[in-house]
Amino acid sequence: MTSPSSGEAVAKPPSSGLGRLLDQRVLLSIAVLAVLPWLLPSQALAVNVLIYGVVVMGYNLLFGYTGLLSFGQAAFFGAGAYFTGIAIGRYGVPWFAAVPIAVLLSTGLAAAIGIVSTRTRGIYFSMVTLALAQLVYYVALQASSFTGGENGLRGFTVDRISLFGLPVNFLDPVNKYYVLMAFAALAMWFQSRILNSPFGAVIEAIRENEQRARACGYDVERSKLIVFMLSGAISSLGGCMLALHLSIVPLDILHYQTSGMIVMMVLLGGARSFFGPFVGAAAFLILEDVISVWTPHWQLFVGAIFVLFVLFLPKGIWGTLLDTLGVGKARP
Amino acid sequence: MDLSLIIMQLLSGIALGAVLVITALGLTIVFGMLGVVNFAHGALFMIGAYAGLYLASLTGSFWWGLLLAPILIGAFGMLIEFVLIRRLYGRSIDDPLLLTFGLSYILVEGVRIVFGSDGIPFPTPPQLIGVLDLGIGFFPRYRLFVIALVAVVLLVLWLTLEKTRIGLIVRAGARDPTIMQVLGVDIGRVWLAIFGLGVGLAALGGVLAGPMRSVNPEMGSLVLAEAFVVTVIGGLGSIVGAVVAGLMVGISISLVALFAPEMATIVMFALMAVVLLIRPQGLFGVRGRTA
Repeated sequence: MTSPSSGEAVAKPPSSGLGRLLDQRVLLSIAVLAVLPWLLPSQALAVNVLIYGVVVMGYNLLFGYTGLLSFGQAAFFGAGAYFTGIAIGRYGVPWFAAVPIAVLLSTGLAAAIGIVSTRTRGIYFSMVTLALAQLVYYVALQASSFTGGENGLRGFTVDRISLFGLPVNFLDPVNKYYVLMAFAALAMWFQSRILNSPFGAVIEAIRENEQRARACGYDVERSKLIVFMLSGAISSLGGCMLALHLSIVPLDILHYQTSGMIVMMVLLGGARSFFGPFVGAAAFLILEDVISVWTPHWQLFVGAIFVLFVLFLPKGIWGTLLDTLGVGKARP
Repeated sequence: MDLSLIIMQLLSGIALGAVLVITALGLTIVFGMLGVVNFAHGALFMIGAYAGLYLASLTGSFWWGLLLAPILIGAFGMLIEFVLIRRLYGRSIDDPLLLTFGLSYILVEGVRIVFGSDGIPFPTPPQLIGVLDLGIGFFPRYRLFVIALVAVVLLVLWLTLEKTRIGLIVRAGARDPTIMQVLGVDIGRVWLAIFGLGVGLAALGGVLAGPMRSVNPEMGSLVLAEAFVVTVIGGLGSIVGAVVAGLMVGISISLVALFAPEMATIVMFALMAVVLLIRPQGLFGVRGRTA
């Protein structure tokens, strides 16, 4: 815990007015997300930033804060979406119950994958998570009576919902955005709680120096497994949001490309910062949106931009901005 | 189910495994020397297949494609090491991994631009079309050729590593690069050559696999996962491990395909999970470095 960046979970007096303001990271983030549909060129883009922002935020817990580079986060994103869809479409579970059920089941999946993968370290961990996530992909492909196989999961449209007795038209994009934003707000509050807890300090200690954390008496293996499950749970909530938003679940959501996209987003935005995942998701999706207007080969440019980020801007857009402003302490 | 069918399926598995061995070997040699896992390995396998196809149609002979594609793509790999990966030595171990991942995006999209998104059939060389009567059944000539060629490549690699001065430098460099520099060996050049060799092996795997499966821009992502599974089972950095695990995975896939076809794609991942639970460092891996 000697590195200056590892002490962020410990409360420190804010150094400046700006720093004090940025300490309210959850409220600030919600405020930005609340006006997002008017900042971005389209509503559809804003909903996607919201959904992928939550997925990437969950992933950031694993990669940014614990230092575990997983290439299999799509498994939990997809699991959240599939479980939500199957619960609603096949078993007639109401949507508000389907979401917690799906998150719970996905966390179970994360526990299973985590038990195997957290036994490995470093590069091995990246390879094993990638392989196990591909396993989930092939299982979903084969179990087509449940998942719809290659065609994706269909037939669970949520069009009207009732919020505390108040009927809401869920097909209206504005209503949909704010209902989904409530989920995102919940996820942000949860993640901020984790990071501010003693456990948050433990995972950062593991990132900074695993052996020293072990020497301090922390159970490194157990902490890694727990953070793997928490990360999977938050990302799966993003999957639930996607299922409610699209009313279909494409099989591609489980593909290795999706895991890769999540990695790209967290790096573009800035790992180890609270709001970075949303900035990264927005940057990636805007890039895709803008470039695909004039060429179908947008992946070429996104790949090149990503390579440049790895080489020259490894802290990402938001992380670099925070460093420049000198408000690194709370890392909002 | 009679025995001869199982033996034929076993041979199929060895042919499948032979391609896996060559591909995983490239990955594991680069890791053993440079400590870098190349996430573009699958994409370079795919590029190798396209290069083989293109060179074969340009020269009119499969054999030129088989010879030239690994050399050309290997040289391209050296360029990648020289221009991009070299900058990342000394930084976090995640950085080369992330960079090569981004690179795979560029390579796949580049191939889509040049050759289109649809799969292209890779014709089997005319000398190897058809089947050979093995007494107990008929086996495709091409697959026998793949097994034989991979055996020869393995033998040459083994002899080079164990019996030559170059092999000595490579083995010593994998153990302690600093001492090698003190002894006056330009370790940067060794790394350059090893990265080129690893990429060349990926390209060779791609050309060999071409006639067995059709060639398309997405073929690399499946191959990458397969190569990862093989290296994890065998132990990252272990050459013997890559050979044993590659054959093991190939044979398992083939035999399971005989009894339960829908489980064929899943079995290798299950195998990996079991190995990890029992021996996290892999069958031939050294404990401490990765697990």
